[in-house]
Amino acid sequence: MRIVSMAKNVKKKQTGAQDKLVPIYLMGKRYDVPASLTIQKAMEYAGYQLVRGCGCRGGICGACGTVYRFPNSYRIEVGLACQTVVEPDMYIAQLPFFPGNKAEYDIEKLEPTGTAVASLYPEIYKCVGCGTCTRSCPMDIDVMEYISRAIRGDIEGAARLSFDCVMCGLCAARCPSEEVQYNIAILARRLYGRHIAKRAPHLKQAVESAGSPAMKKAIGDLKKVDITALKEIYKNRETEPYMAEDDWTPENKTFVVE
Amino acid sequence: MPYTPELKKLIKIVEKTRPGRVERKKRGDEFTAMTLQEREDILQYHPDFKEEGRSQIRVGPNKGYKIANEVVALLHAPSRVDPGKVDLGKIDFETDVLVIGGGGAGNAAALLARENGAKVLIATKLRLGDANTMMAEGGIQASTKARKDSPYYHYLDAMGGGHFKNDPDLVETLVTEAPQVMAWLERLGAMFSKYDDGTLKTMHGGGTSRKRMHYAGDITGAEIMRTVRDEVKNHSADIKILEFSPAVELILDKNGACAGALLYNLETEEYLVVKAKAVIIATGGSGRLHIQDFMTTNHYGATGDGLIMGYHAGVPLSFLHTVQYHPTGAVFPEQAEGLLITEKFRGAGANILNVQGEQFVYEREPRDVEASAIIRECTERGMGVPTPTGKFGAWLDSPMIDILQGEGTVRREFPGKWILFKRYGIDITREPMLVFPTLHYQNGGLEIDKNTKTTVPGLFAGGEVSGGVHGENRLMGNSLLDVMVFGRIAGEQAALYAKNEYKSGGSLTLNHITEYNKQLARIAVDTNGRVAPMLLPDYSNPDVREKQLTTHYVGTIR
Repeated sequence: MRIVSMAKNVKKKQTGAQDKLVPIYLMGKRYDVPASLTIQKAMEYAGYQLVRGCGCRGGICGACGTVYRFPNSYRIEVGLACQTVVEPDMYIAQLPFFPGNKAEYDIEKLEPTGTAVASLYPEIYKCVGCGTCTRSCPMDIDVMEYISRAIRGDIEGAARLSFDCVMCGLCAARCPSEEVQYNIAILARRLYGRHIAKRAPHLKQAVESAGSPAMKKAIGDLKKVDITALKEIYKNRETEPYMAEDDWTPENKTFVVE
Repeated sequence: MPYTPELKKLIKIVEKTRPGRVERKKRGDEFTAMTLQEREDILQYHPDFKEEGRSQIRVGPNKGYKIANEVVALLHAPSRVDPGKVDLGKIDFETDVLVIGGGGAGNAAALLARENGAKVLIATKLRLGDANTMMAEGGIQASTKARKDSPYYHYLDAMGGGHFKNDPDLVETLVTEAPQVMAWLERLGAMFSKYDDGTLKTMHGGGTSRKRMHYAGDITGAEIMRTVRDEVKNHSADIKILEFSPAVELILDKNGACAGALLYNLETEEYLVVKAKAVIIATGGSGRLHIQDFMTTNHYGATGDGLIMGYHAGVPLSFLHTVQYHPTGAVFPEQAEGLLITEKFRGAGANILNVQGEQFVYEREPRDVEASAIIRECTERGMGVPTPTGKFGAWLDSPMIDILQGEGTVRREFPGKWILFKRYGIDITREPMLVFPTLHYQNGGLEIDKNTKTTVPGLFAGGEVSGGVHGENRLMGNSLLDVMVFGRIAGEQAALYAKNEYKSGGSLTLNHITEYNKQLARIAVDTNGRVAPMLLPDYSNPDVREKQLTTHYVGTIR
């Protein structure tokens, strides 16, 4: 059946049997691998069993930061191994761990200011503005810009600009000023989320009504009815229309707050 | 790789039907949702219903229970470690609460255990935060808008999604604690998508009656994961972290209570003994077992280790007979195959279409129903979209979203997917995505009660490794909620147990493993070199393996 034959491809895909082979160099050593593979799958094809340097295999966890270079070029290029397709003559090395400085703090007590960031990461002022971090980001984040925003005290800007950061560590690894940009970035995002973004005004009421005796009874009653009755209640529940605005309210207000 | 000329031609057909579909959506004229009976009927196309995909467990508390062959094979495999060789007199680490697993549930548990006065050790297989939580994209459900929603409706939706078979106590806890979890995450500084006045943005997911899906762009799980992980790392005095050190077996004491675990250092290859007053299993799911050979959205470490360890110690399994296939995994380009395309696209209005650009299913059915409909369209009905590698998929019409909600919506709400597809030369604001169901979630797992207690005293479990709360099918946005709600409860309960109920003095034992192995010997299954837990999937190259003349594999690990 189709599903199974499609799925059998999982294995075939790992070995990429049908492709033409291209040479790559894993830590300087040549392997010929199928041209359609990502660096990660190419390493497995070459015979590596990955322990470090492999995580979500979907471009979001930051476990597989990788640097590479082509012959006759001085440029160090970067990518996530699970997302980057091999190219002929890539010279490849991974950075599975970076010993970055992580400050400890009580987020509640911090002020959302550049001074607060600098008190935890004083090295931030050492930034020479070379832009290597930006060029080293596999997520195309303007790293240098968010660092300079943080220095200027624009915490919101630093938070928003760094939002896609996967914390792979490539920026920090290449920084001549020894910044740990990704840890500064998460500090900025948490400061923004905790102290600058307005608190959700509806949460308090929701927490209270969820824990109320009336709600406990309402759900208790649902737990008591038999499955046929429960299905009936389910079928007849009102559904918020797709195009409804956020302030939509249902006709039946028995189980919501008026 | 951009779309081929053949696929571009097929996209033209989608473009032709699009204006009409957009108009209907704007009018609120949706494709008819299935009745409960129709839902039941279409499920015969679901992989769970393939008899040859399942077999009976022949040992342990669930003897006779039929679940996926791949899980049964591991339950029938001997333990990775010979208990006779372990010196339990030599303790390497001692702690109040041991948390096994460094994902969403594990980190939340560690924080709450610490808040309740415990010293915590987190042992995790890969890095802290390497987990399915990190990869969850779409959102987290919670009834935070009391004027239109409440735990009552959340309860109904979750039960309906789970075929009304969910454990009612667990569902009640899930939906009642949900607003509290959102408040906690907001206090920790998680950057949820909000309106200017601070109101959390919410949308629909499959099977929801109210818009209660909260999100942080399209990387909601990553935002939650990196925030709680950062908070864990802010408490290094109380929470110790051991990375690349998966637990392989639980250790019990002479009273039958859980008293620690045996860890395996993946780098030095040593086994290490941890003694703990209470243990939390938060090891997550099992997508990397590639059930029925399906591609998966799961993390590299999702090999179901916690199921195995728990079962070896006598904890029953529940709801493992159903597996969740996410309706929309990428089937093009090849490099992205299996990759999760979040349900949020459908929540935002994108239709699911066949090769003629026609709708064949409402885009917000519960996941098992949606997946079954796509499988039927691509198999029996022969209306799938053919890919260059001879597979079939359905269109997910993402360009509708900008038309419905304004130019720039896709880039703003789905930045992760936009960049990813841009790298392949596909602009998802202009071109639809090609999708097929992909192995996504372990609906069931270790049996727990609403306080996350298992049948073994001192042993708690929370998150994807546990079973019951989602019944036979989980709704979108209830897994991030699950890991937060039950992770937190597990942390609190384990700390209280360590403080109040733990009895010292029982000496440590691995006798349960010896006994389990004896039972296995009696059924004499050919295990084919398999050991359990698996720890890492096997993606080795057979040609290379053939030449590894002196290499020794234990299970999948060299």
